[in-house]
Amino acid sequence: MPFPACATSCHSIVSPSHVSEEKAKFALAAIFGAGQREMIEYTPHAACLGIRVVETGPCYAVMMLPYRPELVGDPTRGVVFGGVITTLIDHTSGLAVACALEQLTAIATIDLRIDYLRAAEPGCDLWARSECYKRTKNVAFVRAFAWEKDSADPFATCLATFMLGANRAGSPFPTSRGGNLSGTDV
Amino acid sequence: MEQTFDLERYLEAIPYARFLGVKQSNQAGYRELWLPFRHELVGNPVLPAIHGGVLGAFLELTAIVCLLDAVGVNSPGRRLPKPINFSIDYLRTAGPRDTFARADIFKLGRRIANVHVVAYQQPHKPVASGNGKFLV
Repeated sequence: MPFPACATSCHSIVSPSHVSEEKAKFALAAIFGAGQREMIEYTPHAACLGIRVVETGPCYAVMMLPYRPELVGDPTRGVVFGGVITTLIDHTSGLAVACALEQLTAIATIDLRIDYLRAAEPGCDLWARSECYKRTKNVAFVRAFAWEKDSADPFATCLATFMLGANRAGSPFPTSRGGNLSGTDV
Repeated sequence: MEQTFDLERYLEAIPYARFLGVKQSNQAGYRELWLPFRHELVGNPVLPAIHGGVLGAFLELTAIVCLLDAVGVNSPGRRLPKPINFSIDYLRTAGPRDTFARADIFKLGRRIANVHVVAYQQPHKPVASGNGKFLV
């Protein structure tokens, strides 16, 4: 499903061109590109919410959270609770960072700030797109936005930083498609 | 200690608070929320660790409920504070244990409130802190 590369102005402040085409080989496409299920299946809370991976590519990810009445935070207005958007964006951003790595490593959120531009329209599925616009040895910088109808009209924007290699055994994903990293019961 | 503000009733009224399973903590004399651990809250099953988004939502919920308490809620139909922005610092891995959160209202203005929230699983070891601005 095609998405506009720079749907909003907040999204086009810095282009991800720091990564040359050759280097941005999207090395983990085998895990996150083809089946696109790992990020959800290995995360109980994402599975519980029903989050879906819509699209992944070098340094970015798009996810969708289907609407359900349990997500409402303000029953009088029927508006989804802000923290739900935090969860969707945090998750999408984690995948965007994973899509910016050459090899699998543990990713931990350092901080995350969300601006609620407006209330999300009641009853709509929520979409989020995250882009890892800069990666250093230890830290990945991500920006994201979320919308319900038109990606050019987001209801929330977000900036987040992630620590790379936070915990050697901490990646929730298998090292290869065959095995689980530490044999936990997922 | 008797509390006039019926926090449980407000938690019951917010569907997402029910979904997360957030309850009022039994800590007497202090407004504190309690997030009982469940497998569905896990974000990283290997560590395992509670999902960062869940912690963020829990912090935000704590801020909102404490704000409701501070501005005085008498009618159940009162409008909830609207978040303008919310910033979360993740300080430690939140393990597969119950989590608690307390909020401090730094400034309660006529239109905007500034609230700090801390979540912890053990005393003096916060797992995450948050700062939110709300329209009240």
